[in-house]
Parts: sequence; C-alpha cells; structure tokens
Amino acid sequence: MSVYYTEEHEWISVDGDIATVGITDFAQGQLGDIVFVEVPQAGAQVQKGKEAAVVESVKAASDVYAPVSGEVVEGNQALVDDPALVNGAAEGEGWFFKLRLSNPSELEGLMDADAYKAFCDSQ
Amino acid sequence: MSESEKTLPLDGWHRQLGARMVPFAGYQMPIQYEGIIAEHRWTRESAGLFDVSHMGQLIVAGRDSEKALESVLPADLGLLQDGRLRYSLLLTDGGGIIDDLMVTRRGDHFYLVVNGATKEGDIAHLREKLPEMVVIDHMKEQALLALQGPKAVEALARLAPGVEALSFMTGGAFQIGGTAAWISRSGYTGEDGFEISVPARSAEGVAALLLDQPEVKPIGLGARDSLRLEAGLPLYGHDLDGTTTPVEADLGFAVSKRRRADGGFPGWHRIVKEIEEGTITRRVGLSVEGRQPVREGAMVVDGEGNEVGRVTSGGFSPMLEAPIAMAYVPAASAAPGTAVSLAQRGKIFQARVVPMPFVPHRYHRKGAAA
Repeated sequence: MSVYYTEEHEWISVDGDIATVGITDFAQGQLGDIVFVEVPQAGAQVQKGKEAAVVESVKAASDVYAPVSGEVVEGNQALVDDPALVNGAAEGEGWFFKLRLSNPSELEGLMDADAYKAFCDSQ
Repeated sequence: MSESEKTLPLDGWHRQLGARMVPFAGYQMPIQYEGIIAEHRWTRESAGLFDVSHMGQLIVAGRDSEKALESVLPADLGLLQDGRLRYSLLLTDGGGIIDDLMVTRRGDHFYLVVNGATKEGDIAHLREKLPEMVVIDHMKEQALLALQGPKAVEALARLAPGVEALSFMTGGAFQIGGTAAWISRSGYTGEDGFEISVPARSAEGVAALLLDQPEVKPIGLGARDSLRLEAGLPLYGHDLDGTTTPVEADLGFAVSKRRRADGGFPGWHRIVKEIEEGTITRRVGLSVEGRQPVREGAMVVDGEGNEVGRVTSGGFSPMLEAPIAMAYVPAASAAPGTAVSLAQRGKIFQARVVPMPFVPHRYHRKGAAA
C-alpha cells in the first residue's frame, strides 16, 4: 500500500486499484474546527482536479478537489455524521471517499510523505 | 506581514500564547488560540479574555459637547447619567449607518468606542460635523480588553474590587495591579462581562494578571464573531453599512423617544417615516435546516429564484450545533416562523425566521439577582 500527497493537502492511500482520499493533518489544522462535510456517493465519477467534496470550518467553506480520477465506491458516512472526525483523525478515520482508479498513471508526480513534509515546511 | 498591517500593543503576547495571527481592520490580530469552538464554549461557561485594542477610543469634550454629539447621534444624551453608556449610531443625511458605537458620559466629557475598521472615517466625520469648540481626542495610547462570560465578575473582582457593583451598561474608574483602568459592564458576546480600557504600555501586565485567574482563557476574533452572531448582535461592514438604516437593521431602539419627536440628527425624516410606515426589508435571524452553514453573501430567494434579500452573517452555532444566520428579508417575511429559501453556490437551503438572540443574553441588569 502506498500513500501519496498533493499540493492541495490531500492524501491518497492506494491498495490495488482502490484509492482512499482525505485531507492531511496539516490541512485540518489550517482549517480549524470542521462543522460540515459533503462527500460524493458511490457510483459518482470524479475527475482529477475537479471538485469532489466540500469541507466547512466555523470560518469558511473549502472545496476538496479529486487528486485522481475514477468511480467513487464509497463516501465516508461516519464523517458526514461527525465532521469533527477530520480534526481528530484526518489521515485515518476522517477519510472522505474511496474510488476505483481509472488512470493509475495520474499518481505519478504526486509527493511521498517526506516530499510533502518538506512542501509544508516551505509554506 | 504586509507593511500596511500595523501591530497592536499585545502583538508579542498573543504570539507567545500560540495565537494564529491574521490581518483584520488594518492590524495583525489573533483569530484563534486553541480553536474557535473550544474558545467559544469556554466564554459561555467561564470567562474569555479578548484583545480589542483595534477599536477606536475617543474623547469628545468641551463646552456644549452634549448638544454637539446629539447633532450627529440619535441618542437622548440628556437622559444619559454619569458613568452610563448606551449604544448609538453615526448616520448619513439619508439615514444610512456610518458606524455603530458605544457612548459613555464620564464626568465633563463623553467617551466613545467605535469600530476599528471605521475609526479614521468616524473621526473625520466628527471633526467635520462638530463645532470647533468641541475637542475630539483619539486615544491611540489606550488598549482595550474585554473579559466576557459568567465567571468574568469573579475573576475581575479579585483584581479590581468594586467592579461587581457595576450593572449592565455602567462603568467606572478602577485600579488593576496599580494601573488606572476605565471598566464598564458591557461587551459583544451576550454574556455578562466587562470592557477594560488601560494605557497601552500597561496592557501586557494587565492581560497577564487577568490570564492568571483560573477562570480565564484568551479568546480570538473567530470566537468573538461566532459569539456575537449567537447573541444577535450586528457587525458593522457586514450586517450594517451606509445603505442600511436603523429601522431596516432592527436597531430602532437606538433612536430615543425625544429624538424621534424632535429630530435634529442626520436622517431624521427618513427614519421617522420608516418607523411609522415600515421598510421594504428588515434584518432578521434565521435558523437554517441541515448542518451546512449559509454564509455572508448568500441570497434570499423567492419561489421563482429571484433575489429578494441577502445573508449578511452566517455560520455554525457552537451552542445550538446548527447553522444560523442574519439576513435582510422582505418585511412581509420578517415575522418569526416564516419560511425563507436561501441560495448559495447553486444550492437551495430552507430556513426559518427566528427571534434573536439565538442564545439568550445573560447581562447583569440593575436590580436583578446577583
């Protein structure tokens, strides 16, 4: 299983052709208290770079862009019911959705954990 | 940090406490320390310390300053006793709101607290409108702190004995740790609490003394905004501006009875007409269905999707754990219980007009049990 990161502060954990997507711990820290999350439903097609989910803190609303393309196989209903899961476990139970990769080559060029840490430090 | 953003007297102190600083009203200000929801709840349960030194503190003094101020404010200052404060408005000739403020009679002069983002314009307006005999002093050397919450009185009375005798909307001169302070029982959260004006050079010492009290934690601007929204209190530049009148904004209480009858302040004709005949739109509170916040800028729409009003503040209420908002809606839809539709980013939300405040005020009014 490999984990990738984007400059938009998302993580993608890949197991075979299934990718689990969430926002990073750094991102949740920047957003602050999360009060609302909207995730795509199973069957939805998401396209790399296009809006796939919504996350709202007390202060502001942000779109979550799909870091890779594919068909959603599951949205995290537990997160919809308890949006604060993102604050407590952004890179675990607070995942947003799982999708079946339609173009695994899109993973090329994404950052690994060390590169992402360096990227955050430079922000 | 941009050079156009100035720093406030407690800048270093906020950073030491781990605040996240953001630009606000031309200053670097703390938006949050441990988190907006935790800070919000702490203020409602215990006592929160706010640095509001960006606000403008003004002295208006000199012969006939009462009469002069009445020419720019709709308040009956003749009724304002020494050491008492009231909410008032600077108005345009058309009745639009230039700023909202607190005015206190302090012996031979008046003490005004105006919004940070508007203070320079307010001062220019006052200098233009008031006669030369009236002196306007912008007290740039004063910092302003607010201690808000049900335990504020316990914490502050330990340092400044006597403050417990103040009732809501009264103030007096006190000492805190050897520093002269003007303290009023007032605030912007809906809770009991105090606003404390001290010299900027002593502000860090006073803030440290307050924070040493076990009831007190520092609170940022983020929670200040969510607290005032729950309290139904409008924020200038968002819920009020030069195009809104006191009647539209549901602030008719700021126009005193004698002044309604006699006039002599900007916008009198329009305001009296609106009090008698009503307005096209009115500021109301909204309870929004679901969990998703509807924010400033969202539209109030009719059945055909036409814009008939606007959300001016909106967010998630930490106490109600639900989205709430303030909006201008058509007067016909302003009664509590009325269903309204809102549009935000292509999505329709259902909401209901509810009385404000959203969370009951807990002011320490004169004559009320302690």
